[in-house]
Amino acid sequence: MVASVETRERLRSVTDEGYKYGFVTDIDSDTAPKGLSEDIVRFISAKKSEPQWLLDWRLKAYRHWLTMPEPTWSHVRFPPIDYQDAYYYSAPKQDGPKSLDEVDPKLLETYAKLGIPLGERAALAGVAVDAVFDSVSVATTFKKKLEEKGVIFCPISEAVQKHPELVKKYMGSVVPYADNKHACLNSAVFTDGSFVYIPKGVRCPMELSTYFRINAAKTGQFERTLIIADAGAYVSYLEGCTAPMRDENQLHAAVVELIALDDAEIKYSTVQNWYPGDAEGRGGIYNFVTKRGACRGRNSKIAWTQVETGSSITWKYPSCILLGDNSVGEFYSVAVTNNCQQADTGTKMIHIGRNTRSRIISKGISAGRADNSYRGLVRILPKADGARNYTQCDSLLIGDRCGAHTVPYIESRNPTARIEHEATTSKISEDQLFYCRQRGLSQEEAVSLIVNGFCKEVLQTLPMEFAVEAQKLLGVSLEGSVG
Amino acid sequence: MALLEITNLHAAADGREILKGIDLTLDAGEVHAIMGPNGSGKSTLSYVLAGREGYEVTAGEVRYQGQDLLAMAPDARARAGLFLAFQYPVEIPGVSGMTFLKTALNAVRKQRGDGELDAMQFLKLVRAKAKRLEIGDEMLKRALNVGFSGGEKKRNEVLQMAVLEPTLALLDETDSGLDIDALKIVADGVNALRSPARAMLVITHYQRLLDLIVPDRVHVLAHGRIAKSGGKELALELERTGYGEFVGEAA
Repeated sequence: MVASVETRERLRSVTDEGYKYGFVTDIDSDTAPKGLSEDIVRFISAKKSEPQWLLDWRLKAYRHWLTMPEPTWSHVRFPPIDYQDAYYYSAPKQDGPKSLDEVDPKLLETYAKLGIPLGERAALAGVAVDAVFDSVSVATTFKKKLEEKGVIFCPISEAVQKHPELVKKYMGSVVPYADNKHACLNSAVFTDGSFVYIPKGVRCPMELSTYFRINAAKTGQFERTLIIADAGAYVSYLEGCTAPMRDENQLHAAVVELIALDDAEIKYSTVQNWYPGDAEGRGGIYNFVTKRGACRGRNSKIAWTQVETGSSITWKYPSCILLGDNSVGEFYSVAVTNNCQQADTGTKMIHIGRNTRSRIISKGISAGRADNSYRGLVRILPKADGARNYTQCDSLLIGDRCGAHTVPYIESRNPTARIEHEATTSKISEDQLFYCRQRGLSQEEAVSLIVNGFCKEVLQTLPMEFAVEAQKLLGVSLEGSVG
Repeated sequence: MALLEITNLHAAADGREILKGIDLTLDAGEVHAIMGPNGSGKSTLSYVLAGREGYEVTAGEVRYQGQDLLAMAPDARARAGLFLAFQYPVEIPGVSGMTFLKTALNAVRKQRGDGELDAMQFLKLVRAKAKRLEIGDEMLKRALNVGFSGGEKKRNEVLQMAVLEPTLALLDETDSGLDIDALKIVADGVNALRSPARAMLVITHYQRLLDLIVPDRVHVLAHGRIAKSGGKELALELERTGYGEFVGEAA
């Protein structure tokens, strides 16, 4: 119990700071006024010196957004969002600490607990990047290696300037601006995100991760990511961070689009740990994300792995459109909800091409008074001869006040399709806890070990160093959930 | 000072008194057997000593190495060297035997002030101990106790005991569900752990285990009390006469 209070305190101290810095009253030239309007959309586009076609696209999205209803089908509850009571463009001057000595020692303790490398802790804690170890030289080394292979990896705003033909061709081609209310808002006001292009036949020489995730962390609220793997290319992309992240914006509506051409493979891994709110559910991030990949080419493959532990509400369905014959879609998910957190997450596998295959492994863990729903669609279209799907949804309950829900939608319009669905719900038993404690594990260590065992199939799909952090994160997220 | 000193221990579960005044003293280096008919409170005694929830100590005290054992949390007892070999070892899906052992050993070593073992040292240690119990790498890689046979589960318990090197080991019906070959392997593993610094409390229903693990003292538990104590020959006597003399009499 002591540890859980500490953790909450730690998290609270982080977000309180975030709010303090976020709502400065004097508006300088880098901050647009509060509220949403066509002017704000134009302001953002102008700030980024965007071409006319992109501004037109944003405006089209904005006008459509005004007409769209809020999605109401998910199993989450929250008061209506006041879109006028938020900032849509701000590059806040970091009034943050100058060095690690000025950072709350409790926050640093959390980082240590999670095993975040020393060099990265400063950046995560909001220390000005200049003060961080020689990150510039690290970045330069990475960049050079990528350039040699012809890989493009840059902020999406830079890609708009330097590679407009690629952005114009692919952006919005997987998630159209009118897809859903949140994606539509993102299309109108996205501020930044990542752009990746892997040329034909190139295997990206490194995981796009580690150092880079620090920078990615700052793009926050309306992030937009576009990844294209050309024929025969391979890339593994890591997003997010296990450290609890401060952010002054409550609504997050990111869009991620993946495109895999013939024989290409994209592996996209996420660890999401935004502020979950306090024990009563106050504060906390609304994480309304649209992620979708298109397997356009023959024999292409897209694999999503996600570990979702943060946010007060998670609304997220990383999906695959299996268009190319023999293409493969995979979805591996761990979603943890504690206290008053709500998660409605899952995937959509749309089988269009012949012999397309998909695999869904979902592990939901619910503790406290939290609600955790798996929602997944498997759709087999008439031409998808020989399509196969395997789905496994397991829920683990901790305590007797939380909820787990599994909502599978299965639609098959091809008689040759084979679809399997397995689901289980279990509780951490007193017997298991006592057994572990009798071997010397504390209550928290015991819960962490049992939960990690439960999630093993998903965690082992994560890249090594990420997996180690994710394991620790699961333990920390559930501190105080038992006893 | 005795290693374990139980004085007038009373304990209840679900409002029903099960232990009704147990007195027992165990010195380092000794092996005592607790025998008794079903329902006499044998398993309850082991759970109360290990600190399982759901049992209420209503009177009496237990000193372990001079400390008040009953005031300690279950994991603190384990880290202080108390080990319970379970009658029904619990399944933990997705956690390999190796991972479980390593986590447990490091928790115990931390308490003792020893550093954590690195992967190579740990592997060497476990393999050496596992060999004696005929446990191969394949079994250690499997999820803990999941799909294990009765014999595998019990051998695995003794392996954990060998690796954790407890000061006081409680063996709760370690012989139940074992055929004679498995029983020999398990008993051999337990005997290898007998040492002047370690005490064991062997709980069993049957004499046959005590042919293989020869105790210094034998106690008969009936109706929540120690009804009779004696040397190892008491077990043989019980084998002949049965528990008839101890059952049926009013508490």
